[in-house]
Amino acid sequence: MTTPIPTISGHDRVNPTDSPSRELTISHARKTFITPEKTHVNAIDDVSFTIKQGEFFVMLGPSGCGKTTLLRSIAGLDTLDGGEIHLGNQRIDQLAPHARPVNTVFQSYALFPHLTIAQNIAFGLEMEGRPKAEVAARVTEMLELVQLSEMANRKPAQLSGGQQQRVALARALAKQPQVLLLDEPLAALDLKLRRGMQSELKRLQRTTGITFVFVTHDQEEALSMGDRIAVFNQGRPEQIGTPEEIYEKPASRFVADFIGETNFVTTPAQRVGGVGGGGEHVNESDSENGLENGGADQRLVVTLPGGDPVTLPKVVDTPNGEVTLTIRPERVSLTPTGVRFASGRISKLVYMGTDLRCNVTLADGTELAVRVPPPFPAEVQPDAEVSLYADPVALRPLTPETAAGHGAPGRATVHAKPATPATPQAAGAQPTAATAATPDAPTQAAQ
Amino acid sequence: MSLHLGTGTAPEAPTVRDDRTGVNLVPLATKRKKQPKVPGRFPWIAVIPALIVAALFTIGPLVIIVIFSFMSRPPTGGGIIYEFTLEPYVNFLFQSDFLGNTAFDPRYLSVFGDSLWQAAVTTIVCLILAFPIALWIATRPEKKQNLLVMLITVPFWTNLLVRTYAWMLILNDNGIVNTGAAAFGLPQMDLLYTPMASQLGLIYTFLPFMVLPIYASLAGFDFRLAEAAYDLGARKSTVIRRIILPLATPGIISGILLVFMPAFGSYVQPVLLGGGKVLLIGNLIASQFGDSRNWPFGAALSVITLVLLMVALIAIALYSRKSGKKVEISL
Repeated sequence: MTTPIPTISGHDRVNPTDSPSRELTISHARKTFITPEKTHVNAIDDVSFTIKQGEFFVMLGPSGCGKTTLLRSIAGLDTLDGGEIHLGNQRIDQLAPHARPVNTVFQSYALFPHLTIAQNIAFGLEMEGRPKAEVAARVTEMLELVQLSEMANRKPAQLSGGQQQRVALARALAKQPQVLLLDEPLAALDLKLRRGMQSELKRLQRTTGITFVFVTHDQEEALSMGDRIAVFNQGRPEQIGTPEEIYEKPASRFVADFIGETNFVTTPAQRVGGVGGGGEHVNESDSENGLENGGADQRLVVTLPGGDPVTLPKVVDTPNGEVTLTIRPERVSLTPTGVRFASGRISKLVYMGTDLRCNVTLADGTELAVRVPPPFPAEVQPDAEVSLYADPVALRPLTPETAAGHGAPGRATVHAKPATPATPQAAGAQPTAATAATPDAPTQAAQ
Repeated sequence: MSLHLGTGTAPEAPTVRDDRTGVNLVPLATKRKKQPKVPGRFPWIAVIPALIVAALFTIGPLVIIVIFSFMSRPPTGGGIIYEFTLEPYVNFLFQSDFLGNTAFDPRYLSVFGDSLWQAAVTTIVCLILAFPIALWIATRPEKKQNLLVMLITVPFWTNLLVRTYAWMLILNDNGIVNTGAAAFGLPQMDLLYTPMASQLGLIYTFLPFMVLPIYASLAGFDFRLAEAAYDLGARKSTVIRRIILPLATPGIISGILLVFMPAFGSYVQPVLLGGGKVLLIGNLIASQFGDSRNWPFGAALSVITLVLLMVALIAIALYSRKSGKKVEISL
């Protein structure tokens, strides 16, 4: 991130690396749409976070979660109903789009069909009234950067999808924005091209040092590219963190479910040690602050059918004395390691080449998906009885979801306002994972 | 055609229905070779009536006009004598007096000039008025767009003459405009039977012909391109000039053609609203076939107009081929 922008000397804007406080701050952003059925939908629901200078920030979420609306609001193509957006010390949310030092790469690329590639890239620079010679030099530079020099005089329609994508990138980067916004830029490409463009984008981001805000619904893309990821659901980020944090320590059931494959197991839990009622209160605020083990010496211990008691890595609230665990299939092993947390019968076995995917049914009927890496043990056969081992930290308890359906208890008050149509959210928190929770234990979200 | 097919396949049909093995389908399939290979294709014979009608009603009159323009005028006037002469074309530019001296006479040329001027003014004013209307319609929600396009076509629902008479009622000495002006104590204005009234009538008549093709080209416009232009630092006026206008060019050109060509030869508005004070080509040609009873000269004037417009069309076609822009003359 300290690499300077590839520049033409002289007329450049402020080099972002020279002014370290150029972070993009979104505070209390809010936008409501009215659907054709005359109901209000909070596209962006009181969102506040900060994107660091030079960061590759990914906004991830299912379609309709508000991530694109937020991106367009940063670009100035949509206006917020409330809240502020600052870039460094400058408030930008009330500026016209052309006055904001941000540029966008559109999902449809939006290349001007009547202009050549070179003219497309030059467009933004001409709007700034730069001298012709400088524009020409910068266009050449950008064409080289995206390796399309020989295409300069072609029209966009004569280019392949991947090439058009690179032109769109070059056109936006030519203006040396302080923040580059990318709206699902790779969605229209096929898998192989997309992989290539992912590393290309990452390379461009590193060489230019520009803050990238990248919107996608592809979790794999988000994990592989993002410095930090914000997982959006129902108009607000459920969790913001590094790819590791998001994957390993999901803050909510939604995040755990959306990122990768996971098992949800709801099981009775015992509180061990510490002081009873008071401790619970402390834990609540601690878990909200993201602290791992709260100040109290309390522990949660669960025992799954056919397994040894396991002390959970984190203490959470246990309404009805139950806790929901998320267990990644690849973190479960059939060979002894860590603790033997459960045992059951292999009910389904699929050979995938790179691994075996088994479903293990526990004594109480719970199904767990397990991935067995090669070499495949001979005893892994359908209907075989197996013991499941895992590192105790792989059994992650989820903070119980409130009635409104949101993970962190602190947010529930904000969200319970009457204007909010709360119904779909409770439904959204229902189990949608590959393996559902134990049949006799309804999910806490239903309460 | 369909009858022929029906009789051909009918005897086979029962066998097909009874046969569930599929074996007997084979000979049937070979017989089908006699059917046209392209579904929905017409045999050429079916087109002949349409071709005859087209020839009679479009090319026929044209050929007659061209032939008439090279024939002589009978001494009594009216009709023609089948004797080849170039006199009508000579008369367009030269006039002979009683002594037989032939001299250049620019009067007919100036009629062409006046027509050209009126048509040009009509086209330019229509273009300036139509582009914002078309852009506005194209940016409305789709349902509203359909309604607005329908409203644009409302004038077509009544006869042009009726609408022109309505304008006479608006513009005459006791019309709406003058009555309104009198209410504010303004002096009476001579509006009807002026060149301006004729011009106004032309603009009114041809405005929809400009709006519709421009709208058609803008309706398919991807407004995300405009967003991209804003994002790259363009202001509204720049977006219109550099992105929207170039992409609407095909529509603008067809609009110009659709307005200019009929406006050039307009007849109704100069006569009814202009009071015939300004002689335009349309009136001139009409008078040659009417009062002046000089059919060959009227035909020659028509041919000259036709050639002028054809040259313009060819120029536009060449431009469209060179720039790769598709220009269609349609609504």
